Amino acid sequence: MEGISGNRGPSVRSDCFISIKLGGEDGLKIELSGKTKTLYGRQIIQLVTEILLFFDIRNAHVQIEDSGALPYVIAARTEAALMRVMNSPKQFLLPEISNARRVSSRDSLRRSRLYLPGDHAKLMINAGLYQADGIILDLEDSVAPEKKHDARFLVRNALRNNDFMGAELMVRINQIPLGLQDLEYIVNQPLNVILIPKCELASQVVAIDQKIRELRGDCTEPIWLMPIIESALGIINSYEIASASPNIVALAIGLEDYTADLGAERTNDGIESFYARGMVVNSARAAGIQPIDSVFSDFENTEALRSVAMRSKSMGFAGMGCIHPAQIEVINECYQPSPNEIEKAKRIVIAFDEAQRRGTSVISLGSKMIDAPIVKRALNTMEIAVKCQLIKPNWKEDAAR
Amino acid sequence: MLHDKLVVNAAGKLVPEEINGEKVIPYKGVGKYKPMGCKHAPPIPSCADYPANGDKRCPSLRDALIRSGLRDGMTISTHHHLRDGDFVANAVFDIAQELGIKGLRWFPSASFPCNAHLIPYLEDGTIDWIEGSMNGPLGEFTSKGKMKKTAILRSHGGRVQAIQDGEVKIDIAVMAAPSSDVFGNANGLTGPSATGVLGYAEMDVQYAEKVILVTDNLVPFPCLPMQIAGNFVDFVVVTEKLGEADRIISGTTQITRSPDRLIIAELAARFCEVTGIIYDGCVIQAGAGGISLAIAEYIKTILQRNQWRIRVGFGGSTQYMTQMLETGLMEYILDGQVFDTEAVRSLNENRKHQSFSVFNAYNYHSKGNLTSMIDVVTLGATEIDVNFNGNVVTHSDGVILHGIGGWQNCLFAKNTIVALPLFRNRIPVIVDEVTTLCGPGELIDVIVTERGIAINPLRSDLIEKAKDSGLPLKTIRELKEEAEAICGKPDKPKFTDRVVAAVKWVDGTVLDVIRQVAD
Repeated sequence: MEGISGNRGPSVRSDCFISIKLGGEDGLKIELSGKTKTLYGRQIIQLVTEILLFFDIRNAHVQIEDSGALPYVIAARTEAALMRVMNSPKQFLLPEISNARRVSSRDSLRRSRLYLPGDHAKLMINAGLYQADGIILDLEDSVAPEKKHDARFLVRNALRNNDFMGAELMVRINQIPLGLQDLEYIVNQPLNVILIPKCELASQVVAIDQKIRELRGDCTEPIWLMPIIESALGIINSYEIASASPNIVALAIGLEDYTADLGAERTNDGIESFYARGMVVNSARAAGIQPIDSVFSDFENTEALRSVAMRSKSMGFAGMGCIHPAQIEVINECYQPSPNEIEKAKRIVIAFDEAQRRGTSVISLGSKMIDAPIVKRALNTMEIAVKCQLIKPNWKEDAAR
Repeated sequence: MLHDKLVVNAAGKLVPEEINGEKVIPYKGVGKYKPMGCKHAPPIPSCADYPANGDKRCPSLRDALIRSGLRDGMTISTHHHLRDGDFVANAVFDIAQELGIKGLRWFPSASFPCNAHLIPYLEDGTIDWIEGSMNGPLGEFTSKGKMKKTAILRSHGGRVQAIQDGEVKIDIAVMAAPSSDVFGNANGLTGPSATGVLGYAEMDVQYAEKVILVTDNLVPFPCLPMQIAGNFVDFVVVTEKLGEADRIISGTTQITRSPDRLIIAELAARFCEVTGIIYDGCVIQAGAGGISLAIAEYIKTILQRNQWRIRVGFGGSTQYMTQMLETGLMEYILDGQVFDTEAVRSLNENRKHQSFSVFNAYNYHSKGNLTSMIDVVTLGATEIDVNFNGNVVTHSDGVILHGIGGWQNCLFAKNTIVALPLFRNRIPVIVDEVTTLCGPGELIDVIVTERGIAINPLRSDLIEKAKDSGLPLKTIRELKEEAEAICGKPDKPKFTDRVVAAVKWVDGTVLDVIRQVAD
């Protein structure tokens, strides 16, 4: 029996291909080829040997074609290949890097979140450099069915050992039931948010929440949930979904599947999904969570992206997905308050404070009456501006001076 | 060749004092060795020996080589304007081998993967060694110790000097000419194999004993402009095809789309702006590598925002530079080589786009050279070490990858920026010590990677100007440690004692050697 994992070929970078045949009586026979052999060959063979012994394998024939895989990638590929030909309750984990874990809150900034295919090692290495608010390691649609097994190990190891430089760490699991198995690999690793795709019923969220609790035991640090609605039925049930668990922090919409479900063509204009997006914003806000918009698939057209994102923000969305690093800067800019908005909000908040000090209930700014909802919006704008580091947290002191 | 007499040079490297039977001088330090002496003087023939009607055509290259007196042990030079599409250099040695000639020295201005064709001739003794660059398969061949004699790697400027000083005496120069008349007046501007310029042929035609010009585009006299004057030419050979056109010049050069490389480019451009390296009227060298092109695009937006203009852009030029020329963001282009069809067109049409020679730009043994007038040059490298020393010729596993090109010569710009990824395919680029020393760290000012910028401590002026810029400034050691934390510390390659190639510094001294890689 031969277990294989990974990728090879002239265009493959930062990955490796491993095949393992168990058995024989010759001990561990490990053959290595590839361009890194001179510089890292000794270390690669040492790591693979360590993994085999960890799983009590004493006799095996292993072939490795290395194309510059980092140690956590080699470990993931070795374990994935091995778990195709054996079963073990154990997991081989390299020591977690010191800055792997970040704390996120319910209302963390979620303007942009970059999708990374869960079986594509190269794209993970520098993903933290692009400064998306969140990074999604995807186990679902961007991973081919025959690679789902490999991707679980790679995503698990990447969560522990790849430096994503402070981005909120997210994993999009597969649909239930496959998605419930995915949880076993990830929920005890550094992870902030689980995205639940093609969500149609509140009970699906509850099942996931339940399974996470079982797997995590005593750990109380929350793992947040972000259901993605991608069907007509999901839209109808959106409020129930949004309020199905206290761990839900955002509700997202996936428009490719949704428009397909409707039998409509997806346009940049978005008229076909106007109702659905309105529903998602409404349900999310009603449940006190963030509404998140769908990805924009033409990544070279940043101008069209900008107009789509501006419209999305004006509908009330708090952020959207990114399929390419080039989209992040535009999206971050669009979903944060503009200098004009900040200036206006600043004046409103100051006028409000001033009125409170004087004990008057009527506030006006120029010729305009300022009432409670306007103040609330202004406070909200200033809070987001602080989170985006556009103004300092103590901006009022600066303004007073 | 086993060298038993080795000395330590000023860079601390063990180098031989004799290579291929010729005495060589160990590196003394930047600016410490001044080459002296006179120009080499090849014999001057007389008009009486050439046809009065000016028709120097010869029926075949074979015929021209025989009439040039091709024999064992000669030095044959070629230029590299045909790049990876070159048929001519390979054809010369096909003929030499057919004629049973042995022990030749090939002296190209650069080699390309297409020249792997010559490996059988290095094996059968037709060619004994190469002084030039060894790319791809030739590099591997050399590193495995299979070349009979010791290869010598020189910069473009160093090659010019070696010819001028008579350190390398060229017996026969075989020069591909995209357009020529029967007298040998020639240029690279037109024809099916147009290369734009022919700057790398300039020294060879003046100093070689015999000059054979090979063209696939014979034009009626006069061939204008005369980038090569026919008075230097012995024979003109008309052939079907000089090379594979799409490998000579690319249809279009493309800026990198790699998001990591775009980060590097943006950081480099921002660094140039905040430190005042870019200003109205500055002189820059823009390369044609993916990162260099992207840096130029970011610099373009800086120029537009400030309403500045570049006074001179040094090529190799591309469509991106010609656009800047045509939109007024750049006043002049001076070109050593041309990389795409748009740039060839511009060179043909625009008087503010001119070719310059390697002699102008790079020759250390001359009355100054243009590179020291450049404000900023951005370069690549295979490795940079914690002392800012650079390597461009070997991979970290010790195998020869490419030649030096103009890299060493460009280090003399006022500001030298090396822009590169922190690691490539797990291999760290910032290392403790470069595998082969090609450029002394004192001449390398700034390293820009996607994970941070390191400024050479010698450039306290730049450190001061950049300190409050918000740019990710790190020390070179911090960058090295970051690379090793991600990739793991690599093992060292193993070498035998045998020296397979020597790396010369711009002044002709021996800076470092490359040894045979152990099996």
